[in-house]
Parts: sequence; C-alpha cells; structure tokens
Amino acid sequence: MFTNPTFMAIQVLNSLSLAMNLFIIASALTLIFGVLRIVNFAHGAFYMIGAYVLYSVVGSFGETDLGFWTGVIAAGVVMAAVAYVVERFLLSRLYDKEHLLQLLFTFALVLIIKDAVKMIWGSLQYSVSYPPMMSGAVNLGITYYPTYLLFLCILGPLVAIGLWLGLEKTRWGRILRAARLDREMLGALGTDVTKVFSAVFVIGAAMAAIGGALAAPRVAVDPGMDALVIIDCFIIVIIGGIGSLWGSFVGALILGFLTVFGTLIFREWEIVLVYVMMIGVLLVRPWGLFGQPEAERH
Amino acid sequence: MDDLLSVNDLHVSYGLSRILHGISLNVRRGELVSLVGRNGVGKSTTMRAIMGLTPPRSGSVRWKGQEIARRKSHFNAKAGIGYVPEDRRIFSGLSVWENLDVARLPAHDGIAAWDEARVFEFFPDLERFRDRKGGLLSGGQQQMLTIARTLMGNPELLLLDEPSEGLAPLIVANMREKIQELKAAGLSIILAEQNLDFVLALSDRCYVLEKGEIVFEGTAEELRNNTEVQDRYLHI
Repeated sequence: MFTNPTFMAIQVLNSLSLAMNLFIIASALTLIFGVLRIVNFAHGAFYMIGAYVLYSVVGSFGETDLGFWTGVIAAGVVMAAVAYVVERFLLSRLYDKEHLLQLLFTFALVLIIKDAVKMIWGSLQYSVSYPPMMSGAVNLGITYYPTYLLFLCILGPLVAIGLWLGLEKTRWGRILRAARLDREMLGALGTDVTKVFSAVFVIGAAMAAIGGALAAPRVAVDPGMDALVIIDCFIIVIIGGIGSLWGSFVGALILGFLTVFGTLIFREWEIVLVYVMMIGVLLVRPWGLFGQPEAERH
Repeated sequence: MDDLLSVNDLHVSYGLSRILHGISLNVRRGELVSLVGRNGVGKSTTMRAIMGLTPPRSGSVRWKGQEIARRKSHFNAKAGIGYVPEDRRIFSGLSVWENLDVARLPAHDGIAAWDEARVFEFFPDLERFRDRKGGLLSGGQQQMLTIARTLMGNPELLLLDEPSEGLAPLIVANMREKIQELKAAGLSIILAEQNLDFVLALSDRCYVLEKGEIVFEGTAEELRNNTEVQDRYLHI
C-alpha cells in the first residue's frame, strides 16, 4: 500500500491536518507556560468548551456557513470571557504560591469544566458537519481531499506566522517576550505585568477553544475529548521545547505523522511510538528540540 | 525644604531574617545621595523597598509627599522612579533596541524626554550594537544598557545599584562621567556603592549602612574626613 501514491498522499495530508489542528491548541499552551510559568492542565477542557459552543451555535443557526463561523468566533469569545474571570479572581492569587497549588488548581478546573459540560450538554456524543462552503473535496491532481481538512493544513502555518510576527514585530510581543524572561524587572520598568498575564491567559484559552471548535467536525464531541487532546498537546510542547513557538510547530508535525503512519505500520504499537519518540528527544535534549536549558534562559 | 523622596523608619524582613531595621533617608531634587557599606548591609534591599519590589514590614516611603510603601513597582516607575538593578537583568533574548523599547514611558512635564536617539547619543556604544541580543553584550555594555533602559522610562529619581561592580577600571571611570552628566542634566540619584572613591567623587551626601541600620550620615566631604567611620564600616 505504501507504493500507492494516492494512498500515501492522503496519509500525508491526514498527518498535516491533524498536526496543524493540534498546533493551534498546543502553541497556546506553550505561550501560557512561557509567560505565566503555569502548566495549564485545563487547556484540553478549554478546547472541549470550544467544540461544545460550536455545536450549540450550529444547532441554533442550522448547518449553514454563517452558523459554523459564528460558532467558531463564539467559541473564542465565550472561552475568553470565562478565562478572564478565572484568571482575575482565582488563578492570579496563585502566581506567588508554589507550583503544586497551581497544578492542583488547573486540575480542579478540568474536573469542574467536565461536570459543567455534562450538566449543560449531557453525556451523549455529538457530531458536527463541515461548513457547507467546505463540505466538498478538492482535486489535487493525485487525489481528492476534503476541503475543510485542507483548510486546516493551511490555517496552521498562517497561525504560526501570525503569532511569530506578533511576538517579534509588535511592541506587545516584545513586552510578552520580556515578561517571559524577567517579569519582576519588566514591572520595575513600568509595565503592569498582571495585565500581561491576564491577556496571555485569555488569548491562550480563546485559541484552545477556537482549536476545539475547528476540530469539532473532525472528531466526536463528547465529555472525554479533552483528555485525548491534552496528552497530545503536552507531548508536542515537551518534544518541541517548552515555551517555543516553532518548537510546538515541529512537535505537532512529528506527532501528526507518528500518529497517522504509526497506526498504519504498527497498529497496536502506535500509542507507544509517540512516547518512545518523546523519551528519545528528552534523552538527547532534555529541554526539547527548540527549547533552551533553564540556566541559559537569563 | 521639600524632599523628592523621604524614607522613614523602614523595616524589611525576608521570612524570619530581618534585613533593614529602621532606615530613614531623604533625597532632595537634583541631589546625588549615596548608600555605602560592605556587602549584605542592606543597600540593595533599601532600593528594592523604595521601588516597591520588596514590601516593607513597617515604615513609610514618601514620593513627592505621597505615601508609596507597598505600592506596586510599575506605579512607582510611572510616577518617576527608575530602578537600575545591580545584576543588570538585561532581557537577554531581546535586542538592545528591544530592551529599550519595552521600558519606554511618557516623559513628565518640563523635563527633556529620553528616547532612543538621546540614549544612543549618551551611550554611543549601544547604537553600534542596536540589533545585537542583550545576552551577547559585554559586562560594560550591559551596564550601559541597563541604565539606558531605565532612562527610557524618563525617571526623575534614579536608583543605581552598584553600577561599578565587576567593571574594568577604564569603564568605571567612564561610568563615573556618565553619572555626573546625568546629575548635571537634573536627575536626582541614589547610588549604592562599595567603591569609596567612586562615591566620594560623585555624591552630595552619603549614608553609611551597617547590618540594616544607618550608622553615619553626612556630606561627601564629612565622610572623606572621617577615617574612623571609613575604617569601621567601609574598609575590608
């Protein structure tokens, strides 16, 4: 089957669309960690909220383009509002505390959000269709491929470039990078770092939710969907190097290809393959492919 | 006479260890005041407490008559207090220009504003390395950058913590000149130093610290002539 070019092309595209969807979510996780120094276990739950919000909006609008894209935006907006409240009133009280409390807090968020989702939407599994404008397939010469999944393949690099430009070329991005390096000094130079933290958490959470909304037509929308994605995201971020944008991009590609081709070649061993890869990277570069050793950060 | 800054009976503890036991000092507009003393007597902590980085246990810090103890550092920076830490704390992954840019604050009325053009004129070396990452600069260049960065915030009072530390003699001499120029430009300065020559050349008044307390207060001239204080608290 590996000599069949059509089959191979489809597998490559499947890898890419999975990778790029995960990248949107993982890059937000790495952004939050880089600036706030908080490992956000609830990131997968934020992704799940996004998918459910999209499901509800599509349900009330009907399966139209307007309904779908309104749902994607609504996912980001709803999550941003929730994240703002969570950060301002709860998480911000833990920045000076030990890491364990922060971990417990974000883990508690996972449990709370999971139960809230079950209360609002029930435990059933839902599915969402591709938006009508992207419901067809594109002829790529070698094969037809679903338009929506191609859209995801293209969106990923656009998000990466957008984030990179934002971080490198805007004053806001410079302040964010400075906050990552030395938050106390940045404060002493006149920046209200609490506002930076709040903004990063809100943006990161909204990105996770938008990632979830975009994933909804690809996956099953159910109360367990967060667990799968948070593990993938942690693996991506660890392989790529915690806090590194391009690291999470490359990490997402590695995970995407390993998942798709691993399933084809090894079947039962696919799940192990990803961890073996992660351990391999950590043995050679404990700080990840694109990360920096902690000591050299300053 | 109105003080720009007045610190009264400041007490600071880190956990159970008490660092400052009732520091009182004042700075008038345009004055250069030094904190001198050996390592670990509380010079840096005094500056951190004034800046709002280490909240005091008790005591007051007044800036232009307003109480600012326990106020967050970013408010103090915007109010006109500029902090230059002893370990420089350059944003290593940001270029020289980016380091300056993130510290930009609007100028206060009636004072000539600092921007990158004026900063580069003041430290010509920095302009040459405008696009170099802060972490790749030499110690002397980093010291210039850390001062330049704080100047971008248009401070009225500069807290300079050990600016001569770890620098070659030639660069120390250059730094002394630069500080003199800043004072001549109207900036008020608190200088924490171990280098007595450096202090005596620059200061209007000096406070000698020992174990978190002020043990001597006087003009630079008075400290120069007081060999007893020098021997007891300053010479190693």
